[in-house]
Amino acid sequence: MSEHLIKVENLTLSYENMTVVKDLSFTVESGDYLCIVGENGSGKSTLVKSLLSLKKPVGGEITFGGGLRRNEIGYLPQQTGAQHDFPASVGEVVISGCLNSMGFRPFYTDRERKKAAENMERLSISDLKKRSFRELSGGQQQRVLLARALCATSKLLLLDEPVSGLDPMVTAEMYELIADINRSGVTVVMVTHDINAALKYAGHILCMRQGLTRESWFFGTPEEFLTSSASDFLKGGAVNG
Amino acid sequence: MGDIISAFFSTPILFRALVVGILVSLCAALLGVSLVLKRYSMIGDGLSHVGFGALAIAAVMNWAPMAVAVPVVIAAAFLLLRISGSSKIKGDSAIALISTGALAIGVMAVSLSGMNSDLDSYLFGSIYAISDEDVVISVVLALLVLILFVFFYTRIFAITFDESFARATGTKAGLYNMLIALLTAITIVVGMRMMGSMLISSLIIFPALCSMRVFKSFKAVTVCSAVISVVTFIAGMVISYEFGTPGGASIVCVNILVFAGFTAVGAVMSRNRG
Repeated sequence: MSEHLIKVENLTLSYENMTVVKDLSFTVESGDYLCIVGENGSGKSTLVKSLLSLKKPVGGEITFGGGLRRNEIGYLPQQTGAQHDFPASVGEVVISGCLNSMGFRPFYTDRERKKAAENMERLSISDLKKRSFRELSGGQQQRVLLARALCATSKLLLLDEPVSGLDPMVTAEMYELIADINRSGVTVVMVTHDINAALKYAGHILCMRQGLTRESWFFGTPEEFLTSSASDFLKGGAVNG
Repeated sequence: MGDIISAFFSTPILFRALVVGILVSLCAALLGVSLVLKRYSMIGDGLSHVGFGALAIAAVMNWAPMAVAVPVVIAAAFLLLRISGSSKIKGDSAIALISTGALAIGVMAVSLSGMNSDLDSYLFGSIYAISDEDVVISVVLALLVLILFVFFYTRIFAITFDESFARATGTKAGLYNMLIALLTAITIVVGMRMMGSMLISSLIIFPALCSMRVFKSFKAVTVCSAVISVVTFIAGMVISYEFGTPGGASIVCVNILVFAGFTAVGAVMSRNRG
């Protein structure tokens, strides 16, 4: 009997004192690929923040199993644009993902350097190591941030709209890359507006809509999703993006 | 040139200014990289005005200047950090409010007590303002800032580059933001006696901005800022000694030249690349 990697039970979340999610429950198994889709304002970002322990739930519980520690989630944040003039080399950015396993140790050792090198190799960005992060293309930047996230975890990646702003070619590459990482045993949770990608790659789909009733969210496999009423909003073309 | 060097080492006032100045410049430059990148440059400016107010009141009341200014400026730093962190209040106007308010209170205190001659030294700095006791406190505080900065360098990089990732992976970003604010407050109080409250924030901003024109990694920018700050400080002091110009303003003027130079180099580099 395998333990759930993440178990969310009766979760209630609020954003600026307004309840946005009520009684949400789902589980993520080890090795799974979960896509979180849904309308803007349905509480996706708030859910991500509470999965990362950045926000306390108003009610309910999030528990981690399978030996996953709270700070051991490889997170790929939504692009903010704040780093556009930031002087940092690719190597510096990637290795900073190792900080969570260093305790109070102040400096990097060979162990961290090796881990960073391996993850740059894995994402084929080793040749960019000395380059400046701000000079890279959007796709290259996402690879760098993904390598950093992999330095922080070997178990769970949490990706917040990883392909927004990328062109279709690079988007497809990015999806394949994430699928590869998932096949190697890393559990993936991805927030996306791209329903087609979710249907193609995900093992499970969590679809969130505005509202606080049980009908406002759906959790299941892509097949179940397509036959459920939750997919109705696809037909209206009402996916925000 | 030999005369100048021997003058600096044989005149106690100049030597004290040199020691304190180099340490303060180093601290300011190192913290400056993070402050500039986090868009907190104005906090440094606001704090120096609060420091002016605190020093002026301490002088009028005959209190020990550092003992008053250090806690007041640290409190102001935490307050400004909180204001910048909350999206509900406009951070920049709040900083302007606090900094001009403190400045006005300081000027009132000084003029009511009839010590107008001191006003100039508070606003624009004076190496004669540094007592032996100040030198000891300054050296201890500056070394503390340097040690903490080096010790927490990797974390400071992480929260400066991407605070949400750092928080998500368990780095206590709030704590490190407070650490940076604390170190900045100490640096400003220590440095403003000599640089003047009007000019101290230039020590924080100029070296970082110069380095960012040319260098592309965080480490290179940090090291270059440290070098620039020490070199411009010494050059400014030499100019001040030779031509009898105020120390703080001389240092800032050297910084302006360096900034122009680095901007030109940066422009040439990016043209050659593209």
